[in-house]
Amino acid sequence: MNFTFNEDQLMFRDSVRDFFSNEVTTESIRNRWDSDSGRDRALWTSMAELGLTGLLVPENCGGLGLGVVDFIMLAEECGRVALPEPLVDTVLLATPVLVAAGADAQLLQSIAAGETVCAVQSQADALVADADFADKLIVHKAGNLVLLDAESARFQRQDSVDPSRRLFSVEWADDEGQVLAEGDLSAELTASLYNLGALGTSAQLLGLAQRMLDLSVAYTSERQQFGKPIGSFQAVKHHLANVAIKTEFAKAPVYRAAYSVAEALSDVDLHVSQARLSAGEAAILAAKSGIQVHGAMGYTWEMDLHLFMKRAWALNNAWGTPGAHKARLADTILSADYTIGAGHTFASASDAA
Amino acid sequence: MELAYTVDQQAFRQEVRSWMQANVPAKPLQSFDTAEGFQQHREWEKTMNDGRWGMVTWPEEFGGRGLDLIQWLIFEEEYYRASAPTRVNQNGIFLLAPTLMEYGSDEQKARILPKMATGEEVWAQGWSEPNAGSDMAAIRSSAELRGDEYIINGQKTWSTRAVFADWLFGMFRTDPGSKRHHGLTFILVPLNAEGITVRPIPQLDGLPGFAEIFFDNVKVSINNRLGGEGEGWKVAMATAGFERGLMLRSPARFQETARRLVDLYRANQESADQDPAIREAVLSAYVQAEAYTLTTYQTASRLNQGGKIGPESSTNKVFWSELDQMMHSTAMAILGARAELLPHAPAAQGVGHWLDGFLFAQSGPIYAGTNEIQRNIIAERMLGMPRA
Repeated sequence: MNFTFNEDQLMFRDSVRDFFSNEVTTESIRNRWDSDSGRDRALWTSMAELGLTGLLVPENCGGLGLGVVDFIMLAEECGRVALPEPLVDTVLLATPVLVAAGADAQLLQSIAAGETVCAVQSQADALVADADFADKLIVHKAGNLVLLDAESARFQRQDSVDPSRRLFSVEWADDEGQVLAEGDLSAELTASLYNLGALGTSAQLLGLAQRMLDLSVAYTSERQQFGKPIGSFQAVKHHLANVAIKTEFAKAPVYRAAYSVAEALSDVDLHVSQARLSAGEAAILAAKSGIQVHGAMGYTWEMDLHLFMKRAWALNNAWGTPGAHKARLADTILSADYTIGAGHTFASASDAA
Repeated sequence: MELAYTVDQQAFRQEVRSWMQANVPAKPLQSFDTAEGFQQHREWEKTMNDGRWGMVTWPEEFGGRGLDLIQWLIFEEEYYRASAPTRVNQNGIFLLAPTLMEYGSDEQKARILPKMATGEEVWAQGWSEPNAGSDMAAIRSSAELRGDEYIINGQKTWSTRAVFADWLFGMFRTDPGSKRHHGLTFILVPLNAEGITVRPIPQLDGLPGFAEIFFDNVKVSINNRLGGEGEGWKVAMATAGFERGLMLRSPARFQETARRLVDLYRANQESADQDPAIREAVLSAYVQAEAYTLTTYQTASRLNQGGKIGPESSTNKVFWSELDQMMHSTAMAILGARAELLPHAPAAQGVGHWLDGFLFAQSGPIYAGTNEIQRNIIAERMLGMPRA
């Protein structure tokens, strides 16, 4: 039993945090809003050079051959900067599914090289984020998991409250696309994709919560009223203390869910839904309290807070609404044959019965 | 990251489980806020110590097993699974003992810890005074050093367990000209000393769970000073860190409450579902109890590797106390019109313990530093927000 990240994982996290803080500024995000693609291809190439895009690609395909636990804190960093590019979708969602479906090595190599960007649909008919920026789309049709060339699909843009989000409805002709998986394998990969999507969303929500907390602490420490920083008032302090508490207790559930996904534990669905609910609550509270302590400034376009707030509002309903995750949780823990309580937290990892 | 128990850890769990099965009293003990119940709990501490289960993280020379914090968590899980009695000496074993390990002399450790372990000496806390509650630095009770003795005068209050306990630890002002957190000293006081008057205060359940204590020229040997003179605040902060931090409320306690709450909900689902908020709260109870457990394992792993407990420990105290309150309120909502019945009422039909827990849960956000104080600490020390 060891619930810590190793030195390598922590160092990688630190270097990615440094990289993002220089390269993914709020100013650069605002600049993307005015561009056609809304995305920065040069940044994608830099991320590939750092090994990020190929993090989960096997080493013999030019990747780093690392795992979900190695990536989880990096997904959190993507949330912290509200990264517009679909790194989480390409690395954490598409790559494991492509590997499991036996996709050809060339495709995996081009993902690692930063030449291929992937977008992933959460379920049939769902809007696809970054469909236009992506080269390959993983979509659902008639129970099959389909790999689609972006060029062969028609997109209709659906504007989101988050100006950084690029959502599309996608249509394609029946003869287009390559069936990645059908039947049982498709069902299995679709289920695992749902968990990966919810996990990646959880980690980003966690990063968003922390960024909104940081912004709120900084603003309330500067802004003066009654001759003092407003952050010295208890009413303001307690708002942000509540955010800190929610965020602090969402971390371990997210990291544990990453471990359960990586190890394909039998309780993975339960663990992912727990993480998703905890991280979503933290981010939503961080947004609500963040705008409150920013006062009227928090309601402006000018203040950066809304970049993170809007992403949190959007992501909190992505890859399963909180309601869907509560329902999944209830199915397990309210069932008569599932044992909970002291000593059962890691039961599926090592028999504690 | 390896979120699975080792073979040794699993074997340890089995060892604890077997011992608990063989030794936990079949019939629940009486409340330790009664004279008889206190004695029963004292005897249970002795039984635990005889099996060397009193405090598994302590060094072997003091009756412990020298185990790490993960093993302690496993022990606690089995302890709560077995519905073993609440630790009457928790002030001593969870709070004073870690402070002693850090600040105590070898003589003090050898003199105090073994008797604490056997339950021969049960400890009470002496922090609050009539005018020093949340504002602990306003302490006025004095200790004047004369020769090799302190002469203590003043008054403490809200002293948990003090009615039946043997010793008290707390802070006293040793420098009469000092202000706030300067000039305070951490002193251990035998409650049978001449000049001490203990006046019980009935708690919400009517039992004398705490007391006020009057000191009238009480003589205490200088050997009972913990840390240096004037260092009381620093020593006390270490105790407070343990209290808010890891030891006082291990996650197993709340996991077992969450498990019982799920059972209670399932047994009464039809009526409970008339209020959809109940189901929502039951699910949230599970999620939060697990989050507390996971976070504690994470902290324990970090401490095992040499990390230190930081100001984030204040988040623990707020989290578990509000979770405990929420879970018991939810149980009351499920029990409906029967919720008000005391455990001995014939119609309570074995559900009255939820009322005991509900009453006790009301104190959680208040004791060990109110949650308002904790939120100030979180804001100022963890987030670095400006002080008032």
